[in-house]
Formats: sequence, structure tokens, C-alpha cells
Amino acid sequence: MAEEKKSRPAVGLQPEGDVDWSQYRGILVVVEQRDGVAKKVSWQLLGEARRMADKLQAPLMALVLGHQVGHLVKEAFAYGADQVFLSDAPILQDYRTRSYSRVCLQVIREYKPEIVLIGATYTGRDLAGAIATHVPTGLTADCTQLDVDENRLLNATRPAFSEKMVATILCKQFKPQMATARPGVFAALPRDDARSGQVIEIPPQIEESEIGTRVLEFIQERQGINLEDAEVIVAGGRGVGSPEGFRLLQELADVLGGVVGATRPVVEAGWIGHEHQVGQTGSTVRPKLYIAAGISGAVQHVVGMQHSDYIVAINKDPEAPIFSGAHYGIVGDLFEVIPALITAAKARKTTHVS
Amino acid sequence: MLHIAVCIKQVPDSREMRIDPKTNTLIRQGAPAIVNYFDLRGLEAALQLKDEFGARVTVLTMGPPSADKAIKECIAMGADEGILVSDRGFAGADTLATSYVVGQTIDKAGEVWGPVDLVFCGKQTIDGDTGQVGPGVACRLDYEQLTYVEKVESFDPNTREIVVHRHLEDGVERVQAKLPALITALAEMNKPRRASLPGVLRAARYQPIVWTTNDFTDLDRSKIGLRGSPTVVGRSWVPEQKPVNTKILTGDTVNQVAEDLFTALFATELPGKLGWVQEG
Repeated sequence: MAEEKKSRPAVGLQPEGDVDWSQYRGILVVVEQRDGVAKKVSWQLLGEARRMADKLQAPLMALVLGHQVGHLVKEAFAYGADQVFLSDAPILQDYRTRSYSRVCLQVIREYKPEIVLIGATYTGRDLAGAIATHVPTGLTADCTQLDVDENRLLNATRPAFSEKMVATILCKQFKPQMATARPGVFAALPRDDARSGQVIEIPPQIEESEIGTRVLEFIQERQGINLEDAEVIVAGGRGVGSPEGFRLLQELADVLGGVVGATRPVVEAGWIGHEHQVGQTGSTVRPKLYIAAGISGAVQHVVGMQHSDYIVAINKDPEAPIFSGAHYGIVGDLFEVIPALITAAKARKTTHVS
Repeated sequence: MLHIAVCIKQVPDSREMRIDPKTNTLIRQGAPAIVNYFDLRGLEAALQLKDEFGARVTVLTMGPPSADKAIKECIAMGADEGILVSDRGFAGADTLATSYVVGQTIDKAGEVWGPVDLVFCGKQTIDGDTGQVGPGVACRLDYEQLTYVEKVESFDPNTREIVVHRHLEDGVERVQAKLPALITALAEMNKPRRASLPGVLRAARYQPIVWTTNDFTDLDRSKIGLRGSPTVVGRSWVPEQKPVNTKILTGDTVNQVAEDLFTALFATELPGKLGWVQEG
């Protein structure tokens, strides 16, 4: 029942003929937005890329794409870009791989950046994977450190093997060198609205008929569970005992201005939704405060939260492995400890105010 | 008949992986091999479509000969055929080279059993964690790309349209796509079925189809394996574990312990960073 094979775009590893790689200069950051609001990771990447562009003595470029997103050009300058490409068209209203990757390829082919950086969000990873295959070039996923060396090589460093190791990946033969980078790792520059620069309009070279997908609707999450961006996480494991037990954790999370996390066993038991899961098959988080309640500390969970700034562990078992990586430990029954923490927190007005 | 391909990878169960304290390297030997967690969700989704609409489900993997175990596991669950793409020439591939070979394999499977309408992959592997092979394969095949899918809402075999839910950081996107398409599966998508008894019996006798570099007629050898991989590992190391000085809080009452914890936390930079205000 399949249709005839479509004609393929030319995808080849070796570039045609001799390529003058020295033409490739500068760093391009692709700005991700929804409904005209930029994702924080885009400005974080501009901040980190600014430092590298100065080291390379090369321009820092930003690509803003979407529909009615012109106001983001000013923001891109304010956060460090020297030059901004703007692709603003109704066909770019919703993110779709084909249209967005086409525009990125137009910019890459015409303006030849030596490095392309994209936020390692779901959308960013979807986009980067498509672009790198089309170019073709090397792509390193989910980086936590970025730098350039004396050979103008991007040193893209990322955790490997469930964060047990760290590896620096290089792409020596191809340009642009591409990487996606994790949200919340790099710092954005202070916003400077006095900065400006050249704006180049990029009309998307794609027709609706070429795109086989249509976004029917976007359902904003009412709960707004966003573990990766959370600054405080109160997480529970088997020790929480039941779905009802998580209400207590939610109460503490509310008082602290945080969200609730969970281990895989309790998610699989159906006590709480998968969007709360922290660890190897869930989210990797690095909040400022992580409170682990009734969590024994299995490796698969720990790899997902070990880079939290402060870890507080509450467990009945003084031998639980979770304590070894925690800054503060409370040996006791979480059903007694958490209500006491809620009372103490309320007394200190810890609710997030900004 | 609908032809669905499922891409799987055999991965070491990282729970069992340890760091050698002497050499500071990863000990991979001895870690049991399992089918990547998310790939099994892709297989289950394919089998559900097979149950409802009738389909041929072809499982494929690139890996060493011992990956035939992973194929058999999928056959036991209900896949029709399993292909093991295995050859020293494919070794050392990064995501770009892998997506090329997987794309070629899906093409070849299409030549043998009819064009592939739908491809399922896991959202990422638990050993590589890149999530780049799925998009790469979709690109190679020029299929519609649907990543991070938590649900197949509907499929219409007549119009060849599928509606899926993509779960993103800030919400759920309902997307309609025309086949052929490639879907990458999230853990939420389903709960993989257990192997049936007839499945187990079939798997015990089943010999996976093995394709080597010589089985592909127009394989570009500059695009496979180490040679076809633009990325290289510059260096890798085991990060130094920041020694954590665990302070166990003990007090006469839980209220005292709670007070002690907040006193300690308020002495750090946390309140400033989190916008906490201490009153009084």
C-alpha cells in the first residue's frame, strides 16, 4: 500500500569537489521560540557563543524564525548577537521539521558559519538531527561544556554512559561543526538594549505542498511540569507509599516554589505521571535544591539528579545509598519530616517571589 | 499490507556497568545486554497497529553478531522478521554513519517485503543518549519526522494519515502526518507486551536475517563505519566525583531537625538564588 518511492534529496558525506573550509566563519545560534516567546536556552547559548566568537575573532550570528517574531531580533542583539537572520512567514507559524530545517540550511549554505549551536530541547534536537544529516556534518548532542581551541575546532563536551563518563567530541573534517547544548547549563549575558547590528531577511524557500505534517493543536500543560527548568524539586520514591503520599510532597514543593519529581518504580506503579520521572529513562535535572524523600538512591535515579547544587535526603534507612551523595541527610519517617519541613518553610516565607 | 519497520539497539544494562578504580575507565564486560528501553515502546506501538489494521512488522538492528538475541526477543513479542546488520565495516559509526546504514537497510527491507510505510524508533538509546539517529533516518528516507511521540491517536489506512501526540517540555502537540513517516517513541507511549508462548516458541527456532556490507548493492563505503563518521572522541574521562560532605541532621524532635535544615540552607547562597525571604 506504500506509494512509490519519492525522489531523494542529494545526501552525501563527501562534499562535492574541493571545499574551501576557510570560507566558514562565525558562530550561528538558532533561536527557539513558541508564540513569539524565546526559550531561555537560546539566550544562554548566545552568552556562551559570545565568548567563543570573541576567541575566534569571528561574528556571532543568530537566526530567528517563526511567524510574527520580528521583536525577537532586538532581543537577540541585546543578548549578544552581532548579526541576526530573520525568517518571518506564515508557513513558519508552527515548528515543523521540514520548513524549519530548510530555512536553517538556506542560512548555513549562504552564510557559512563554522559552528552551529541549538538548544537541546525536544524541538532543538529534532531540528539539529535533520540539519546535520542534510548538510552533512557531525553533530554532538546535549553538551554541557563548549569551547574552541587554537585550531578553531569546537570542543563539544557531553556526559556519556549515563553520566558515568564525560567525553569531548570533535568534528575535524566538516563544517559547520554542530552541537546541541543543555538548557540551564550556560549563563545568558545581561540584557543590553543598546546593542544592535545588521538584520538579514531570509524568505523561506519552501511550499506548503512539500510539507507532509500539520500541527492540529498545542495543549499547554496546565500543571506546567518542567523538571529540566525547575530550581527546586521535591522527589519521592517507593517510601512515599502511595499516590496520596505525593500530595504531601506537592505541598512542600508549593511552599518552596518547586515541582515534584519521582523515581522510575513509582512512575511505573502508576502513582504519578511519567513527566515527573527523574533519572536515566526520565529527565536529567540540575536544580538548585533537590529534596529526595523515600528514595533509596539507585544509580539510574542518581545519574539524573547528582548535579543538583544542594541535595537533601530523607530516608528511614540510615544505610540508604542516597545519603552518600547528599549534602544534608535526615534519617526518619518522611511522613513526619515533611510536615515539619512545610511548617518551617512557611515560617520563613520561602515561596518563590521573582 | 502495511509495512512497519522498527529500529532497535542492543545496549548494555548500565545499572551493571562499573568504573574500574585502577584505570578510571568503564568496565563494559559483564553488563547484561538488553533491548533499549524506548525501542521496545516503538515495537509495541507497531504491534498494536498490526493487531488493529494488519501489518508486517520488520525489526532491524545494527550491531555485533550477539545482537541476534535482541532480535529474537522482538520476534517473541510478535515481530514478523528480524534483520541483523552486522559487519566489521559498519563498526565505529557515529550517528551520521548509523543513520545512513539504517536508511539503506529500510530501503532494502522495502525491496524484499514491500515499501516501508512507517518506521518506529526509540526517542534515544540509554547508552548513547543522543536522539539523533531517528531524525537522521527520517532525513535519509525523506519521510515525515515525528519525534518524542507519547501516543498514536488515530491512523487511517485509506487516507494514509496518522495523528500523534508529541510531548514537549511545555505541553502536548497534536500532529497529523501523511505516510510514509518515522516516529520516535517516548516511555509514556505504552507498556510493552510480554512474549506469548507461541512467540517464544517461534523465537527459539528463528534465525535472524543477517546482512553484511556485501548484501547491499549500492552501499557507499565512504559513508559507513569509522570512515563515514565526521565526529571523533577527542578525549574522555571519568568526572571526578565532588566529594560530598554529608551532614546528617539529628535533633530531639522533627521540628528541630526541620529548623536546623532551613538554618543550614539559609546560610548558603540558595535563598538569594531562589528569591526566598527570611522574615523576622
